[in-house]
Amino acid sequence: MESPLSLTKDDRLLTGWGRTNPSLGRMHRCADAADVQRAVLAAGPRGVLARGLGRSYGDAAQSGGGTILDLQALDGITFDAAAGTVTAGAGASLDAVMRAVVPQGAFVPVTPGTRMITVGGAIGADVHGKNHHVDGTFGAHVQRLTLVDGSGELRELTPDGPSASQFWATVGGMGLTGAVVEATFDMIPVTSSLMSVDTRRVRDLDEAMAHMAADDAQHRYTVAWIDSVSASGRGIITSGDHAPVEQLSAQQRESALAFAPKALATAPPVFPSGLLNTLTIRAFNEAWFRRAPKERVDELQSIGAFFHPLDGVQEWNRVYGPRGFLQYQFVVPDAAGHVVRTALDRLRSTGAPSFLTVLKRFGPANPAPLSFPQPGWTLAADVPAGIDGLGAALDELDELVSSVGGRLYLAKDSRQSPQMFARTHPRLHEWQQVRDALDPRGVFTSDLARRLSI
Amino acid sequence: MNDALGEPQSVLVLGGTSEIALATVRAFPRGRLRRVVLAARPSNHRDAAVASLTAAGVSGVVAVDFDAIDTAGHGAFVDSVFDSGDVDVVLLAFGVLGDQLAAEADPELAVQVATTNYTGAVSVGLHVARRLRTQGHGTLVVFSSVAGDRARRSNFIYGSTKAGLDAFAQGLGDALHGTGASVLVVRPGFVRTRMTAGMPEAPMTVEASAVATIVVASLRKGRETVYAPGPLRFVMAALKTLPRPVFRRMPR
Repeated sequence: MESPLSLTKDDRLLTGWGRTNPSLGRMHRCADAADVQRAVLAAGPRGVLARGLGRSYGDAAQSGGGTILDLQALDGITFDAAAGTVTAGAGASLDAVMRAVVPQGAFVPVTPGTRMITVGGAIGADVHGKNHHVDGTFGAHVQRLTLVDGSGELRELTPDGPSASQFWATVGGMGLTGAVVEATFDMIPVTSSLMSVDTRRVRDLDEAMAHMAADDAQHRYTVAWIDSVSASGRGIITSGDHAPVEQLSAQQRESALAFAPKALATAPPVFPSGLLNTLTIRAFNEAWFRRAPKERVDELQSIGAFFHPLDGVQEWNRVYGPRGFLQYQFVVPDAAGHVVRTALDRLRSTGAPSFLTVLKRFGPANPAPLSFPQPGWTLAADVPAGIDGLGAALDELDELVSSVGGRLYLAKDSRQSPQMFARTHPRLHEWQQVRDALDPRGVFTSDLARRLSI
Repeated sequence: MNDALGEPQSVLVLGGTSEIALATVRAFPRGRLRRVVLAARPSNHRDAAVASLTAAGVSGVVAVDFDAIDTAGHGAFVDSVFDSGDVDVVLLAFGVLGDQLAAEADPELAVQVATTNYTGAVSVGLHVARRLRTQGHGTLVVFSSVAGDRARRSNFIYGSTKAGLDAFAQGLGDALHGTGASVLVVRPGFVRTRMTAGMPEAPMTVEASAVATIVVASLRKGRETVYAPGPLRFVMAALKTLPRPVFRRMPR
């Protein structure tokens, strides 16, 4: 006799990249779009959700008791060199897209700090990168996409025209309007696979922000690492552009467009809680800061080193130990730049050390109602989840962020309240109307959607 | 849904007038709680519990009828609660102390204690486990007792029900391991509540709020078994090693 409590073979305990708050989902591998349609029609009361490579930090790509669609088989990648576009299956990773297309002289329009994300995930979270101030989000470069909606229908959506509202609800919609199965997006033409990088140490946060505000337009890519342990908020600004082939040495030109990065190591599965504490992170940050030159221009770096330093270590998220970690990322308008300082101070006084603290200036927002970026400053800080008082400190910061018209990034969020979410997304109702039309039965859902009452 | 820091949004209290359970509800950060279901037989105590939690700023507090010994109705009851939304934490907190000496004279009184504390808990516990398993997350907190660690002459009927409940809860936790659902077994010592009013206090007596703090911290850490207060773990470990002739002669 089968017990209702027993696990079945497709059950998987899933978490986000932060490894907090697991829930059990039933994995369902889809071979093609028709499989996705069938899975939606067969959905049980706990619904369905597409999950990519699990790089969102919180509970966006999990759904307790639900059917989790694994679209890794939808991995086709077609490069149209004449149009400068790629058409890819939702399950194709940006890593795979780059491996296929960089040697042909094209780069993805936007990449976050990891290329281990899927095309479907990039659209669902409407990811941004170091070039947001110039190029906007990933969704802004999507020309068309195919969505399986909540009725199991295949829909062709475009950013303009009659399907525009559904398109933009899907961009940044966290997979809640349906499952993206394919998309066509613009690529950036490049003549080499190297980056020309300027590095500059800054003494404190004010200098970092002043420099970034003044210098943003000079480079396509720019970001600052902030030493969250130092009271001054010293840091390192790195700016870059795709290196033109002319900048390469004769030897480098022989393989100007080569792109075949390897993962260097895998983090071991067992790390004790508390390994990353204020002391160890202070030591790391000191070394990291000293390692950077005071100022250096036009250094050639690989794509991996410039965009995805952490992809060199697989499963680095294990270093935070069994309690996991979370990433707090907010955006505030330019006029409220002081919130960045307050947030760093508050995290430090809570004893929440962050060794990945990144500051970035956003350009204009796009039409997507739930898309995260808006003009201003965004700060992202990793913090271990087990710290006493962390919840109260972050709730306070939530209040501050919302009071100045800012908000949190859903791909990172794992703890904001539904009230905070609703208050900081004034177009939520508009989005919900479009979502309800696409998914009248409420088939697509996630733990994040349940937590935030979306 | 729980958030990444382990704060629940919805709580079901089985035995909705239990002071320890109500203190536990109060110990959760109020901003996150959206639904608190107090399940108990209708009574003034239940009305007062709803009123006091609501007055304390807890939102979404409702009372529903629930009888621990009506095992035939448990399935439909649990389904109705879970059908109207996920439940992050279930506090299984009902129980009666009974009158040991009276029950020795009238076994029917002992049966009532056993039916409530053990049979009722097994029944509703399995129904809750089934629904937690289906929703893929959530924790069942079972309030056991140090009285179940080793039954004493003075209250072995109550103690034996808690011993059985404790063993059941541990096994249920093992059955749910890896499913996203879990069981936390809490073993309080002597707690100042209505149940113990007028009884001579034991060493390491605590208030309900102290137990609540331990429960909330243990949920956050994902623990499986916890004593309240914590050092009782060592006291009980020592008591369990005493030879019976010695243990039998211990006061109370």
